[in-house]
Amino acid sequence: MKIAPGLNFRGSIGWKDRVLLRDLDFAARPGEWTCLLGASGVGKSTLLRLFAGLDDGIQFDGTLSDVSGQVAMMAQSDALLPWLTVLDNVLIGARLRGETADRSRGQDLLIDVGLGDHSHKRPHELSGGQRQRVALARVLMEDRPIVLLDEPFSALDALTRSQMQDLAAGVLRGKTVLMVTHDPNEAVRLGHRIIILTQQSLEAIEPPTGDIPRGIEAEDVLRIQAGLLQKLRTQI
Amino acid sequence: MKQLAVTCASIFLGLALWQGVIWATDLPRFILPAPALVAQTIWESRALLAENALVTISEVVLGLILGAALGFGSGIVLATSPRVRALVQPLLVFSQAVPVFALAPILTLWFGYGLGSKIAMALLIIYFPVTSSFFDALMRVPKNWLDMGHVMSANRARLLWHIRVPAALPGFASGLRLAAVYAPIGAIIGEWVGASKGLGYLMLLANGRAKTDLMFAALIVLAVFTLILHAGVSAFVKHWIERRFAPDQH
Ligand SMILES: Nc1ncnc2c1ncn2[C@@H]1O[C@H](COP(=O)(O)OP(=O)(O)OP(=O)(O)O)[C@@H](O)[C@H]1O
Ligand SMILES: [Mg+2]
Repeated sequence: MKIAPGLNFRGSIGWKDRVLLRDLDFAARPGEWTCLLGASGVGKSTLLRLFAGLDDGIQFDGTLSDVSGQVAMMAQSDALLPWLTVLDNVLIGARLRGETADRSRGQDLLIDVGLGDHSHKRPHELSGGQRQRVALARVLMEDRPIVLLDEPFSALDALTRSQMQDLAAGVLRGKTVLMVTHDPNEAVRLGHRIIILTQQSLEAIEPPTGDIPRGIEAEDVLRIQAGLLQKLRTQI
Repeated sequence: MKQLAVTCASIFLGLALWQGVIWATDLPRFILPAPALVAQTIWESRALLAENALVTISEVVLGLILGAALGFGSGIVLATSPRVRALVQPLLVFSQAVPVFALAPILTLWFGYGLGSKIAMALLIIYFPVTSSFFDALMRVPKNWLDMGHVMSANRARLLWHIRVPAALPGFASGLRLAAVYAPIGAIIGEWVGASKGLGYLMLLANGRAKTDLMFAALIVLAVFTLILHAGVSAFVKHWIERRFAPDQH
């Protein structure tokens, strides 16, 4: 597998005349999961959208790695198109670029996320967790080296969420993943690096050792999770 | 089944009220004919009614199809070109201040006494509701769908064709539902202003000759047609648009 590029941003970000993040020096390492936490409204999604090239009025000044065409994105809302079947949703990227879609690969990816029998259903016939799995299959179908995740599992129940974390860690192996999350448990289970974003700075938290997804009951996972929650509480 | 029973009961109630007014007031039949007389007239003049109804129906259906097509095209142009939008939108809003009725004589002058002017009337009256509901829907496409398209490197045309238009079709559908109600109004007004065929023409003619029963007969045929048209368009829209493109809401 070829090495995925990393993500870098150095500079300031804002909306119109308002500066949101000043003198930021952010990096996500190639082929690793970077989990980004921080208070609501601090600018996590904004940073993600900047990397995704969704510049709907975001102003920045500094240097940004040019990763256009190399990024796939998944957010809290699954953004499945209700008029397409599950399989056609997975294949939508090819359609949107005017390429011919590889249907058998799409079907294989649906099998990978455990939805092989659902490919002809439509999204409204699925549960929230199943829909998020379709969105994951769609990201995999894009086969881009960088994956941006904006609270992808936050709308799911705890059990489904932990299953999705295991699944995502497996299927996204080798990619550069930047995930925004509010869940300290998620961050310690999945992050090779854990970063707390505040208006003034970035703070890196030492993650537990071991490969991801890390076990939920491991002693260092629980300890670091508690410490992380403590730290987040003091920041509000 | 229950629905049908309720509908029948309500029709029966209407007829009973109608008959009741006649018994109570003893109005002459050229002012208010009895339901039975009107029914008899419908039967006896069925050929005349059918011939004129066919004319009105063609006007309405053609006006509906053309108006829907034109509204569809206009919605897309308005939604995709900010320049056209800036130029045309005030014009559209202003044009809504002119009652379409007032245009009927001019349209008759321009398009003649035949089908043309009535189709134009029906088209004009539905054009704005169809265009504006489709345009609004095109502008309200959920941002996360568009974001997904951008991240997947879609160009504007494909984004329009694969995401915006399908997402906005339910909005277009609600415009069509309205259009089905308005289109007959347009055609009838057109016929009133100048025509030699059609239900509107027949109503005026019957009225002028104090054949009130025939006028009521034409009115009832028109009402029945409008109801069927509305039901037909609703069923079409539900099956082909709403269930397909917004299944979570229908
Ligand atoms: N389109 C926009 N125009 C102007 N300001 C915006 C826009 N979108 C977001 N903002 C502002 O930017 C700031 C950061 O928003 P952002 O969505 O990045 O926060 P976040 O860290 O992702 O928060 P959350 O954890 O709640 O998702 C907020 O103060 C918000 O008001
Ligand atoms: Mg956010």
